[in-house]
Amino acid sequence: MKKLAQKRFKPDFWFVTKATLLLALCVFIVYPFYTILTKSVFSTKVEGITLYNFVRFFTKPYYYTTLLHSLVVCLSTVLLATAIGVPIAYLMTRYNIAGKRILHIFIIMSLMSPPFIGAYSWIILLGRNGLIAKLFSTIGMTAPTIYGRNGIIFVFMLHLFPYIYLYTSGAMNGIDSSLEEAAENLGMSKLRRIWTVTLPVILPSILAGCIMVFMTSLADFGTPMLLGEGYTVLPVLVYNEYMSESAVNPNMASALSVVIVVCSLLVLTFQKLVVDRKNYMMSSLRPPQEVQLKGAKRFWASFPVYFITFLAFLPQIVVVCQSFVERSFSGVVQGINLSNYQAMMKRLSTNITNTYVFSIVAIVFIVIIGILASYILVRKKGKVATLIDSLIMFPYVIPGSVLGIGLIIAFNRKPIILVGTAAIMIISYIIRKIPYTVRSGSAFLYQMDPYIEEASINLGVSPIKTFFTVTARMMLPGILSGAVLSWITCINELSSSIMLYSGKTSTIAVAIYQEVTRMSDGTAAALATILTVTTIISLLIVFRLTKGKVKIV
Amino acid sequence: MSNNVLIRDAVKRYGDFTALNGVSLDIQEGEFFTLLGPSGCGKTTLLRMIAGFNSIEGGDFYFGENRINDMPAHKRDIGMVFQNYAIFPHLTVQENVAYGLKARSVPKPEIKKRVADALELVQIAHLATRKPSELSGGQQQRVALARAFVVEPSVLLMDEPLSNLDAKLRVQMRSVIKKLQRRLGITTIYVTHDQEEALAISDRIAVMKEGRIMQIGTPDEIYAKPENPFVAGFIGVSNFLECAVGSGADARAKVSIKGELELEMHLKRPFSGKGMLSARPEQLFFAKDGMPGKTLYSTFLGDFIEYEVQLDDGQNLIVNEYTKDTSVIHPVGESVRIRFDPERVSLYEAETGEVLSR
Repeated sequence: MKKLAQKRFKPDFWFVTKATLLLALCVFIVYPFYTILTKSVFSTKVEGITLYNFVRFFTKPYYYTTLLHSLVVCLSTVLLATAIGVPIAYLMTRYNIAGKRILHIFIIMSLMSPPFIGAYSWIILLGRNGLIAKLFSTIGMTAPTIYGRNGIIFVFMLHLFPYIYLYTSGAMNGIDSSLEEAAENLGMSKLRRIWTVTLPVILPSILAGCIMVFMTSLADFGTPMLLGEGYTVLPVLVYNEYMSESAVNPNMASALSVVIVVCSLLVLTFQKLVVDRKNYMMSSLRPPQEVQLKGAKRFWASFPVYFITFLAFLPQIVVVCQSFVERSFSGVVQGINLSNYQAMMKRLSTNITNTYVFSIVAIVFIVIIGILASYILVRKKGKVATLIDSLIMFPYVIPGSVLGIGLIIAFNRKPIILVGTAAIMIISYIIRKIPYTVRSGSAFLYQMDPYIEEASINLGVSPIKTFFTVTARMMLPGILSGAVLSWITCINELSSSIMLYSGKTSTIAVAIYQEVTRMSDGTAAALATILTVTTIISLLIVFRLTKGKVKIV
Repeated sequence: MSNNVLIRDAVKRYGDFTALNGVSLDIQEGEFFTLLGPSGCGKTTLLRMIAGFNSIEGGDFYFGENRINDMPAHKRDIGMVFQNYAIFPHLTVQENVAYGLKARSVPKPEIKKRVADALELVQIAHLATRKPSELSGGQQQRVALARAFVVEPSVLLMDEPLSNLDAKLRVQMRSVIKKLQRRLGITTIYVTHDQEEALAISDRIAVMKEGRIMQIGTPDEIYAKPENPFVAGFIGVSNFLECAVGSGADARAKVSIKGELELEMHLKRPFSGKGMLSARPEQLFFAKDGMPGKTLYSTFLGDFIEYEVQLDDGQNLIVNEYTKDTSVIHPVGESVRIRFDPERVSLYEAETGEVLSR
């Protein structure tokens, strides 16, 4: 009897991996969010379990207006980004826009650039001492302000329309051209064809893009923090609340976090229930042909794409230029030189080292865990795999500031004290950025022939050895192209870092934020240039590796 | 060393669904044995159980003397050719073929020689350094074949290896596989749903349906003497005719087809009741007396002419007439009479499908 029991339970490699992974996810994701949840129902002002914080949130204008602000900003951003993204996707997929491959890369680059750099650049251009603002005042006019609600929406729109563009153009390339030909054949005019066939078929993809835009703009902290000036949105309120409260008992911040998480989950549920169900399976035998325009027509089709891409990429150019301009304290230009970089190296070299060291360490973990997790999700399906999948993907939709608060209140007390260490920064990077790698890796593995592994086992190589020598090796392209995205978002990460950093563990992104608020524009621009250049080089590497077929979404 | 393979009462379940319901096979050493059946009959399931990729819910599997039920897949010493070849895309042709030898820690010089020999044998020695992505389907097929037999496995498994090739290449590779198997003498278990392929390539065939074996036999046995209506219908073309059977104690029976044709047959055992006759198109012929009908359609196919004949009761039959035996093509709409030789067709009990004819 004893022998039988032993035989039944034989912990193999995958059992151990699953158990370890699950344990880590529980400690670093479930436990922090559980702590947030429990903190949110307590208050220093009321005894015992209470909804006091939530009642306060929904009755005090100071709190509930931020929810309204967030919704206004997110919905406006979604609408505007769609209004730009869909036409651009249509032009780019259907017409011979000059240099479309380069444009495509630029659009992706502007999406992957650190979000707050967009805000910062637009301050340089349209802010109080902005270049364009000054230009306008010399001719006696007032430039539109970049601060407040409209500014936030404007920057979000330019930063996030690429999501819509990528989802839509992906779907447009997937339409079999016979669909539209059938409509044409049945006597539909061109515009009505787009309206009655093309648009309905790609609608699910557009909606998926909208959800990405909504979630990202809901979670973003840097842009509204820099531009808001009194127009407070939820993530900024969370930060303010947390910074103003004593770190030991951040109940209101926890309650706000719960509100954000609920908002995110509502949107996700909407996606699961409505968007995903509507997806059409299409067999694209003949991808649509590109219409060859000539002369003026080609120019007018290309112009809007160039204009928007230029606006979206402009922030990168501005920060790079700005980084070489030396200014006096009053903002007067002293010359074009490397003084900003010298100042940066003198004061902020730790931040630079930290950013790269933390990100590299995080990426090593992300790649290893990513390979194992992707394999479990695709090849070891079951309840445990589904659970691991949901837990890994959860932080993807949760604002960084919320995760930051969760980690702080969970690990600033026994049994595990991590607050202020480099470890907590790295852990937050791993759990926030691993979804990119796992998504890319598992998508890649889905397309991989499962019989390849069986062929190896069949030829006498044990399953574990097969995994490491054949499967992992073959998954590498998928894992790496995801890992580059993880890497880019790691080095640019602000919203959780700003919660978790201590003097010794501050990063470039945190320093940029502080320098901008300190009006020390030059060093901020130099730091931002470092991030931008690293981002662009990383992206170019991934374009090279994947031969331009990188999947951002 | 090649092995005989013995399977006793194999059972496979997926939840409530029973994919294999007590299958027993006795495959001889060096035999080319085919599992044939429509999709979903359990043939691939059985093959993957032998390979060790599917769990075994019941029964015993033996290679020679060894029971392999609990042996992990990588220790079973089996060569396998997959339907989509499963060539390692990151390795060259020769690295693919050498893979199994490396796993068996064969010394390097020997690996080199055996890989070269194997590639020579499947006639792709000139492709040794290519990557799989640079190969055609037929060439990939040869790599998969070489990779499987180069390790000299005790058993070779093939899972519909030709189904991804075009018709011409399929026939060509069929003879490559068969000649190679003869030459190497490896016990081979081959899965296919293509009855023509099975007939052409196998020493023996097991016809399967819904997780059961319907008949095991040599290709000619299965074609000429199908043991049940399913096999008769699945292998080749069969015309089924309802009939009334009345036999005496000596198993000599009078068979009557709707009163229009009466014949005498020798049965295996005495039987009276409803019967089901099965006749191949080439077993039917035109005659002066027989079942009345008229030709609906004729198709000239070179060596034979295929007629579709509608009997007066409305049933349609396929009748083949060989051009070497006749110079007449019956015009469409002609009234004809159809007969057959009662000793060559098969007769089944209508309800149980049990074979009655000898």
